[in-house]
Amino acid sequence: MGIFRKKIASGVDTTASAAATPEKEQPYAALGLKEDEYARIREILGRRPSSSELAMYSVMWSEHCSYKSSKIYLRQFGEKVTPEMNKNLMVGMGENAGVVDIGEGWAVTFKVESHNHPSYIEPFQGAATGIGGIVRDILTMGARPIAVMDQLRFGEPSNPDTARVLSGVVDGISFYGNCLGLPNIGGETVFDKVYQGNPLVNALSVGALRHEDLKLAKASNPGDLVILFGARTGADGIGGVSVLASETFDSTGPAKRPAVQVGDPFAEKVLIECCLELYAAQVVAGIQDLGGAGISCATSELASNGGAGMRVQLKDVLKRDESLTPEEILMSESQERMMGIVPKKDFKKFKAIVDKWEVEFSVIGEVIKEDRLYINWGHEEIVNVPPRTVAHDGPVYERPVAYPAYQDKLIANSVKASKLARQNENASELAAQVIQIVSAPNQASKKYITDQYDRYVGGNTALAQPDDSGMIRVSETSGLGIALATDANGRYCYLDPYEGAKLAIAEAYRNVAVSGATPVAVTNCLNFGSPENPEVMWQFKQATAGLADGCLELGIPVTGGNVSFYNQTGDVAIHPTPVVGVLGVIDDVARRIPSGWQDEGHNIYLLGTTKDELDGSVWSEVVHSHLGGKPPVVDLGFEKQLAEALNAASEQGLLASAHDLSEAGLAQAVVESVLRFNMGARIWLDEILERDGVDRTAALFSESTGRVLVSVGREDDVKFVGLCEARGIPVLRIGVTDNSGELEIQDVATWQLNDLRGAHEGTLAELFG
Amino acid sequence: MKIGVVTFPGTLDDRDAQRAVRLTGAEPVSLWHADTNLHKVDAVVLPGGFSYGDYLRCGAIAAQAPVMQSIIKAANGGLPVLGICNGFQVLVESHLLPGGLIRNEHQHFICRDQKLIVESNTTAWTNQFTLNQEITIPLKNGEGGYIATDETLKRLEGEGLIAFRYKEVNPNGSMNDIAGLRNERGNVVGLMPHPEHAVEPGFGPDTPVAMRSGVDGLMIFKSVLQSMVNA
Repeated sequence: MGIFRKKIASGVDTTASAAATPEKEQPYAALGLKEDEYARIREILGRRPSSSELAMYSVMWSEHCSYKSSKIYLRQFGEKVTPEMNKNLMVGMGENAGVVDIGEGWAVTFKVESHNHPSYIEPFQGAATGIGGIVRDILTMGARPIAVMDQLRFGEPSNPDTARVLSGVVDGISFYGNCLGLPNIGGETVFDKVYQGNPLVNALSVGALRHEDLKLAKASNPGDLVILFGARTGADGIGGVSVLASETFDSTGPAKRPAVQVGDPFAEKVLIECCLELYAAQVVAGIQDLGGAGISCATSELASNGGAGMRVQLKDVLKRDESLTPEEILMSESQERMMGIVPKKDFKKFKAIVDKWEVEFSVIGEVIKEDRLYINWGHEEIVNVPPRTVAHDGPVYERPVAYPAYQDKLIANSVKASKLARQNENASELAAQVIQIVSAPNQASKKYITDQYDRYVGGNTALAQPDDSGMIRVSETSGLGIALATDANGRYCYLDPYEGAKLAIAEAYRNVAVSGATPVAVTNCLNFGSPENPEVMWQFKQATAGLADGCLELGIPVTGGNVSFYNQTGDVAIHPTPVVGVLGVIDDVARRIPSGWQDEGHNIYLLGTTKDELDGSVWSEVVHSHLGGKPPVVDLGFEKQLAEALNAASEQGLLASAHDLSEAGLAQAVVESVLRFNMGARIWLDEILERDGVDRTAALFSESTGRVLVSVGREDDVKFVGLCEARGIPVLRIGVTDNSGELEIQDVATWQLNDLRGAHEGTLAELFG
Repeated sequence: MKIGVVTFPGTLDDRDAQRAVRLTGAEPVSLWHADTNLHKVDAVVLPGGFSYGDYLRCGAIAAQAPVMQSIIKAANGGLPVLGICNGFQVLVESHLLPGGLIRNEHQHFICRDQKLIVESNTTAWTNQFTLNQEITIPLKNGEGGYIATDETLKRLEGEGLIAFRYKEVNPNGSMNDIAGLRNERGNVVGLMPHPEHAVEPGFGPDTPVAMRSGVDGLMIFKSVLQSMVNA
């Protein structure tokens, strides 16, 4: 900000003065531009940029907006596909969010995005505006937002700063999401010291629309009005994009506090209803939300996408603070703003609707035929650029990649090589490990957090936390609905980013499948360290390849996503954390499968086989503070088979419940299943030990993939087992539900459900309540 | 029968309340905050949300809205009015019900399946319940702590004006475990929990029988239909 304040004293830097003073020094480095990038801007314009142009290029060419380090890898999401995979894709990557045809004339749009850096500096506003931003992306596609989810990573629970960040983030999500009237249907909360100085706050939103209501962010018809509406433009978030998202936290450097945006969910709620009414009246030809890079982004992208240009009068922007300079207005990230492209003939209707909602607006420009973006400040021209060069022709880097020096040692240090002690024959020690694990912060119930979110609003929530996936009814007439689950295991990805990314997609896919839905599409939020570190770049390269290969194997396309680099403190990067979200479709949400046991006398079956896979596991972390070896093997072909079997069983009404096995294996799944509806059970491990040749520790805690725990009524037993066998799914009866109020794992322990609940649900409230 | 559902800017559960009305067999009529016309409805629901952003005080600005001037007048004339959550706050701010609602004691927003005891079944909105019936209704609020002067509490208790009381858990620090109130006439009822979220199997609170199958909230909407038949 200071940089520009100085300039205004000597008058506005116009394009004419830029042409006249080529030698003038410009603060491009302070704005995050490299020398060669600055040189390229001069080359594009044939002169030095004006300070307004420099502001625009600097934000739009920042890592956050331009994907300059990741672009070459993200391409494979569009390349590793089959026509079959794309047949239901209405809008793919590159738009504000992907759009998927779910049938009956309905489409769904969904995306996950990061707000990591702002949330560390100002947890409440950072998280709140993270929700606000992703919801506007969904709204921009013409959809009514119908739910949100959040994927959170914090530092050690015992570190006092974790309580500061967690409380702020959860309050921010609760405040903003609840006030918008969007049910929060699930998410993740993970604690690990690698996130201590760099928490991850990812937010996902999903929206539904009729096919014909699809909107795109483009301005293509000359003469159409460019209208900015919603909140006024203020000084918040200036430079947030380039400064906050592209630099690492360290103790030196300028104070960056004011760069975090401030959110007003009431304004956004009104804006949502107002936009939906504008869409219904068909008075907007194109629309773009204002988020990162504000007006710079909206004007250049709308024009570039539409193959047209724009003439804008920046003085007509409604401001909160009249002292804002043109550069600040261009860069401001004030929340709750939208830019609409409105045909002149529809202006009256547009005005009537925004007036009804008491939303402020101003016409700031007009679409022009010429492929040029002109921005004036009064009579003076301050921007004159080809819009494409700002929005889409940013730099592309092929950063150096290096296999990490520590990797081989890490892999060699497996659970077996480290000879971690096992308590296979000591029942009381094993029982103590079960309790230690289900009450550990990462495995404990997240109720303390999710009870602060409204999961009911809208009246269409069919599943929500603590179920494996969230599920929302889309059509009230047919019951057509969607399921959503997200996953990322940073520990696995650290051991092997390629397999780790595949494991994330496998788990999210399985979570959707156990709800009874059919997985159809993928979104992702790739959280990594600095791309300037070749070892981090190797992780990124591996993870994106794993994800693209995984999607191809499962036959579901990536529809969009987000990359967040520079997640590190000093030189220490976070574990690679590619959050993967899988969208599923279900013909009737009435058919959804509960995640826990509700009826007594049902048989409990374990589907899939258990191997001795404890490297990177919760058991190795919680019991032994160990991390090394290779993550579990993932067989996506089998995951697909398993999902199809579950779907068939669900359609025949054979499943009373289904719960996926993942972190902390069988022990965790059994405890969650009894606690979900307070139904007791007796479990035996002997047949797992015998069939799979594993010990008790592995039977309880192994994290082998492709496994699901289901309960089946006695009357459906034969049919169910027959279905599994016919489809080649290993099936083993390992227990029965009962009304005892207890969980018995034979030869290990018997627990009162109340005691288990205390252990599982008490942890987070005790730490943070 | 027509039941009006008011939409203020920032109202969130209006579509849910309309669905509840529909499921009961009545016709929902959307009422707009800036319009004093009640469109001849037979009853009114003030749904939950954050009207006008809950700036100033929850419900305080909404209580001054044009539509509320008509509703207050009609309520005083006997029109059945139900205030849910933010709607309850609006009723209190409109002085149709006494006391006030403040930030939850634990300072957090809370969403939970809440057990309630129906303590008055002689109102337009509760006549289908049995006295002291235990019901489960989702609760979700940040500012649901009921407060009143000792004198008011004494009067509420003495005159049987407490419509619902929290059971087992007091989720927000409400005085005397008060979850909902009625007026003397019984046409105006306000409560913090959300009956419109317990009207449709599959989307309500969990019950011992099945997941999300609780529909105790339907009785509130059925009650008002019954009261119209009786009127």
